[in-house]
Amino acid sequence: MRSWLRQHRRALVAALGKLAAQKASGGVSALVIGVALSLPAGGYSLLEGLSSLAAGVALEPQISVYLKTGSTQSDADALAARLKSDARIGQVRFVPRTEALKELKATEGLADVIDALDHNPLPDAFVVRARDSSPETLAELAQELRRAPTVAHVQADAVWARRLASLARLGRLAVLLLAALLAFGLVAVTFNTIRLQILTQRDEIEVSKLIGATDTFIRRPFLYLGLLQGLAGGALALGIVWAGLSLLNGEVLTLAQTYGSSFRFDFLSQGDALAVMLFAGALGWLGASLSVSRYLLEVQPK
Amino acid sequence: MISFSAVSKRYPGGQDVLRGVSLTVNAGELVFITGHSGAGKSTLLKLIPAIERPSTGSVIVNGQNVSALRPAAIPFLRRNLGLVFQDQKLLYDRSVYENIMLPLSFSSLAPREAARRARAALDKVGLLGREKANPVQLSGGEQQRVAIARAVVNRPAILIADEPTANLDAEAAQRVLEIFVAFNQVGVTVLLATHDLGLVTRYGRRVLRLAAGHVVEDSAP
Repeated sequence: MRSWLRQHRRALVAALGKLAAQKASGGVSALVIGVALSLPAGGYSLLEGLSSLAAGVALEPQISVYLKTGSTQSDADALAARLKSDARIGQVRFVPRTEALKELKATEGLADVIDALDHNPLPDAFVVRARDSSPETLAELAQELRRAPTVAHVQADAVWARRLASLARLGRLAVLLLAALLAFGLVAVTFNTIRLQILTQRDEIEVSKLIGATDTFIRRPFLYLGLLQGLAGGALALGIVWAGLSLLNGEVLTLAQTYGSSFRFDFLSQGDALAVMLFAGALGWLGASLSVSRYLLEVQPK
Repeated sequence: MISFSAVSKRYPGGQDVLRGVSLTVNAGELVFITGHSGAGKSTLLKLIPAIERPSTGSVIVNGQNVSALRPAAIPFLRRNLGLVFQDQKLLYDRSVYENIMLPLSFSSLAPREAARRARAALDKVGLLGREKANPVQLSGGEQQRVAIARAVVNRPAILIADEPTANLDAEAAQRVLEIFVAFNQVGVTVLLATHDLGLVTRYGRRVLRLAAGHVVEDSAP
């Protein structure tokens, strides 16, 4: 057991040494891996941000119901009774047309415009809050309310939240596809750098084989090299995503403040960051093991 | 300890390099294998560590039929043999000491014991004190002695050397041969190929002469 650990430690140290010795070429392949991985990782962060935004909207499950102009007070009372009796609805607030006009008048710059009107163009309205905040329930409720004879228009914020959610699903699929495609590319990059490394160490491999090194022993430092290169690439990808999001958040915050929101894109969670590292490491290992199996056969001592 | 029975070797698309060679080398023997270049000396030696496989016949080393060994078992066979190659095969990107440590890095030896053995091997070939040097800084004879130290560092019972004196002047060649004789005196079985018959006859040891793939002379002292 101790000697087994020693063998692995030696291989790891040898791989670290090679990584340090490679300098430029090793750095470039880690950079390639980093940049490539930062695309899906960054895309994922943005999507997570947008989904949380959509979730935030859905937390306010409001539906605005506008009555037809010319509806009477009894029409409004009848609808109010119906809304209050609906089990899916938690809260009903009536906004009379006179009050709506007052609110609108309070808005800067609109007072003169409204004074110029000879009658109130606004309808009576209800603001309804559903108990269940899922976009599906809200959309269904809005659909039903739309069919009521006294209702002119129903506006459900949940609908665009739902659109956003399905857009996010589409985006997630795109990110997954991108990640899968880039994974192939990264395996190819490591495959090639390990191939070059094998060629430069041809003599050492040949001698080692001649004097009794097992294939496992010869393979090990190359596998570690692939793993380390992948991990370095993964770390670089996280760094790029972090820097990109910090840059973006400066602008996003300014924009969000004009909407009275403090929205910002969060960096990947610890679990997601770990997943990126593991994914990159695994790809490096895979590329190295393919390369080693392919090219070690070619080094046959004579 | 080593026995060949009716061994022939034909390289793909080539001639027969060995034709029906049968011979036995007992434990503790020192055997010189001579013959002109192309006589099959190198091929004969390469069959023992399974670097080459015979086309027909069998090669038995320590009771093990190495001509039928599965590939995964070959490294373990080679660890029990000390190999000195015609072109030395030293690694010029590292020191003499690191070259000698190479075979020990495969084994499960503790680092302290490995270092001790490496120094002992250097001592035996008279290169103690040159361990930090790069092989290119050494003379041809010294490089050959580094190769011998690497071959014996695992304390093999069999030492196989292919033309270890090939490119050396008479004095350096003499010195290298003395080292092999010294190892033989402590019980190591030695097989040494050389085209220089004059150099080896003075030792009064068994000489195997190869010509065109046949053993044409096997003179025991």
